[in-house]
Amino acid sequence: MTAKDFATDQDVRWCPGCGDYSILKQVQTILPEVGTPPEDIVFISGIGCSSRFPYYMNTYGMHSIHGRATSLASGLKAARPELSVWIVTGDGDSLSIGGNHLIHLLRRNLDVNVLLFNNEIYGLTKGQYSPTSELGKVTKSSPMGVIDHPFNPLSLALGADATFVARIMDRDPIHMRNILKTANEHVGTSFVEIYQNCNVFNDGAFELFTDKSTKAAETLFLEEGKPLLFNSEKEGIILDGLMPKRVSIGGQYTLDDLWVHDPTDSAKAYLLSRMFDAAEESSRMPRPFGIFYAEDRFRYEEAMEAQIQKAKETKGMGDLDALLRGSNTWTL
Amino acid sequence: MKIQEKVCILFAGDSGDGIQLTGTEFSNTVAHYGNDLSTFPDFPAEIRAPLGTVSGVSGFKINFGSSEVFTPGGMADVMVVMNVAALKKNLKQLKKGGLLIANTAGFDARNKKLAGYEGTEDPLRQPDLDGFTKMELDVTKMTREALAESGLSKKIIDRSKNMFVLGLVYWLHHKDLGHTVDTLREKFASKPEIAEANVSVLKAGYHYGETVEASYERIVVKPAALPKGEYRNAVGNQVTAIALTSAAQKAGLSLFYAGYPITPASDILHELSKHKNFGVKTFQAEDEIAAVTAAIGASFGGKLGVTASSGPGIALKTEAMGLAVMLELPLVVVNVQRGGPSTGLPTKTEQADLLQALYGRNGEAPLPVLAAHSPSDSFWATFEAARIAIEYMTPVIILSDGYIANGAGPWRFPKSDDLPAIHPPIVSGSSQGFKPYSRDSKGVRPWAIPGQKGWEHRAGGLEKEHESGNVSYDPENHELMVGLRAQKIENIADDIPLAHVENGVKAGKVLVVGWGSTYGAIKTAVTSLHQKGMEVGHMHMRHIHPMPKNVGEILSQYEAVIVPELNKGQLIKVIREKYLVDAQPLSKVQGLPFLASEIEEACLRTIQKLGNS
Repeated sequence: MTAKDFATDQDVRWCPGCGDYSILKQVQTILPEVGTPPEDIVFISGIGCSSRFPYYMNTYGMHSIHGRATSLASGLKAARPELSVWIVTGDGDSLSIGGNHLIHLLRRNLDVNVLLFNNEIYGLTKGQYSPTSELGKVTKSSPMGVIDHPFNPLSLALGADATFVARIMDRDPIHMRNILKTANEHVGTSFVEIYQNCNVFNDGAFELFTDKSTKAAETLFLEEGKPLLFNSEKEGIILDGLMPKRVSIGGQYTLDDLWVHDPTDSAKAYLLSRMFDAAEESSRMPRPFGIFYAEDRFRYEEAMEAQIQKAKETKGMGDLDALLRGSNTWTL
Repeated sequence: MKIQEKVCILFAGDSGDGIQLTGTEFSNTVAHYGNDLSTFPDFPAEIRAPLGTVSGVSGFKINFGSSEVFTPGGMADVMVVMNVAALKKNLKQLKKGGLLIANTAGFDARNKKLAGYEGTEDPLRQPDLDGFTKMELDVTKMTREALAESGLSKKIIDRSKNMFVLGLVYWLHHKDLGHTVDTLREKFASKPEIAEANVSVLKAGYHYGETVEASYERIVVKPAALPKGEYRNAVGNQVTAIALTSAAQKAGLSLFYAGYPITPASDILHELSKHKNFGVKTFQAEDEIAAVTAAIGASFGGKLGVTASSGPGIALKTEAMGLAVMLELPLVVVNVQRGGPSTGLPTKTEQADLLQALYGRNGEAPLPVLAAHSPSDSFWATFEAARIAIEYMTPVIILSDGYIANGAGPWRFPKSDDLPAIHPPIVSGSSQGFKPYSRDSKGVRPWAIPGQKGWEHRAGGLEKEHESGNVSYDPENHELMVGLRAQKIENIADDIPLAHVENGVKAGKVLVVGWGSTYGAIKTAVTSLHQKGMEVGHMHMRHIHPMPKNVGEILSQYEAVIVPELNKGQLIKVIREKYLVDAQPLSKVQGLPFLASEIEEACLRTIQKLGNS
């Protein structure tokens, strides 16, 4: 199979230049390599620009209602553990109206993939601030600037005991494909935040991280067992107690002094997620990308199946007549 | 000893007095020995309501008879009160000449004060109680004496005082203790000393009756001439759960139930969570919206998705029900109604969610609505709701209420072979040219399930193009699709039983039209009026949307139509609008069921008016 086999005959209707195109292309590209047959794959979305995604995937799919992709997918996966279930959602869909379902999905750890397209704006409703918009941002609904403290999606996911937490960006397709494949291989809920540019209502929100001229100094790509190096290996991160510090390599510090990434360490994953400084802060840390955290933990659907098996073993297969009779009958 | 056709008993006491258990056990015994019965538990919303106060009184009413019993009765022939508050709350429910059994230990100064009695007044000597037979005894003291040698703690001993009362009431009605003795020994199998203590107190209560026999007349209710067969006790919510598991089995589907705890629907979740060996999956969701959407997700995956709730929770589910209408997937939504609006009266009964069920969604979103009319009828109503959901690819609302959900009665349960098969329209064969929103002759779309190769498709809440299911904003297509979805639901009228007159005359002066839990009260009232020669009939609606095709014809056979409802007039709006008949409402919103007498009086008033005109 090829990427084309995963595309439908429907016209893709995102705005020209939207970051969603790249994400769609990368997903269609990795699926033939993953090898799961299309009939065993389901894409479920909520409402918003990103949620049009299932219409363009030649698999089973559902475009549901605002905020509920996560709960709908939870029911589907619990009912049908053998299916490969992907959730496509946005910052408004999963962090605002659907915030509750997201955290409960993460703690239950159903084996699904969550692709959170974060563009820090409400696009489909034409430009209101979202729960990830930065403080002070001027939008249609915040003419004097946003006064809501924004969510940090990865800290939130880690706080909800997510077992796989990663960040990627629309403008780095190779990295995106690698992380998406690893996310799909992870057994449990894979939470992947994707920085996605809305070129109509919030153009350039992630330019600092995607633009060639600034990317090296502003981004840090995490790799398991490797030191935290960035800016063409001229700079790195050390841990001073619980405080990450940005240092230059060569003088006082060598590679051996740097923090070595261990994605199984939840405390350090949280510290990484807090490297989230606003662009205007002069002493800001680089923004990390890649897999922050990965943990093997039992899945809800697996435990549910196990209880059903146990009930069948101990009580015997359900006998409808016995159920209808109950334990106490009398004859007239 | 006197023989009576029906006896109504009310047990009342503090929430901690074991009243519900006493009532349930008494019901099981009389059912076991062949009486028909109907019960009505009435308990406070609070788990630990203030001890000894009127708001903390828990009641259990049971009406049992040697003929068919349709309601838990009106006024009580026998009332057991464990404290002053129980007497104060229920005094008006005791029939003139009835027997009042009072536990004097609950009538001390402290209990009087808690119940709001001033000074030296003795609540048992108040003028309101003149004309009643009174049996006053210190149940607490006698229970302690019965277990003086047991070595058990006072706390445990006091907890069994309800068994003394139960034994005494068994004596009063000539009922054997055997069934309860067996139950106690089974229930406390791992603590035989507790089982035997309870048995001793039960017997002590019975023997107390024998010693005071000379002063009180025993009342015997002979076994009822019910249809022959095998019976069990049916509690509404439990039977609803059993029906769901049965329907899934008969459809060859697995049941996926998602719910969020809410009074009075939670027992459905509790019961289904015990059906795991049938492959039933129960999902306790994080909220009501998650529950309904998880059920829709499971239905998309080829399961029978079900959710249940009560008013506030149903309100939260409405958007998702609209999605299920749009997707055209099977979904059963059980609404165990309670007093509203908002949080309302969580433990009290009401029928005020009918219009919400019929119309409470955005857009043109018709779906079938059915109502159960008694605890045992919950089985057939729920089974039918599941059949329609599956065979017509639609969400269905089944209305129950607190009175049905917690009420009990004997149930001549079916055999699994007697249950009809349900046919899900799952696709098979070649997927060539498959269109997910094409329709068969009944207007039903095919069900293609993830995992089926070649049938991959996308569905969603956006308007779909006829047949292809692709997103469409075309004006004519939208009108067509709205019409097709509505027509599919209307077509169900070809596939449901015709309405019928339950009892009374088939044509004449007054037709009483009911739905849901008012069944028993209406049936009792109409039977009584008919026996007195009045031209009254009773039609009860199981299918409220769509309605059976002959409803208009039946309505036209009577000079007047009365619609009793536990709301401010909801079914009546539909009937007036649909059939242009001048139906009259009979409304009650007190969180309590109708008494048959209230319906009887309304009929008599109408007959009188007809006579005068």
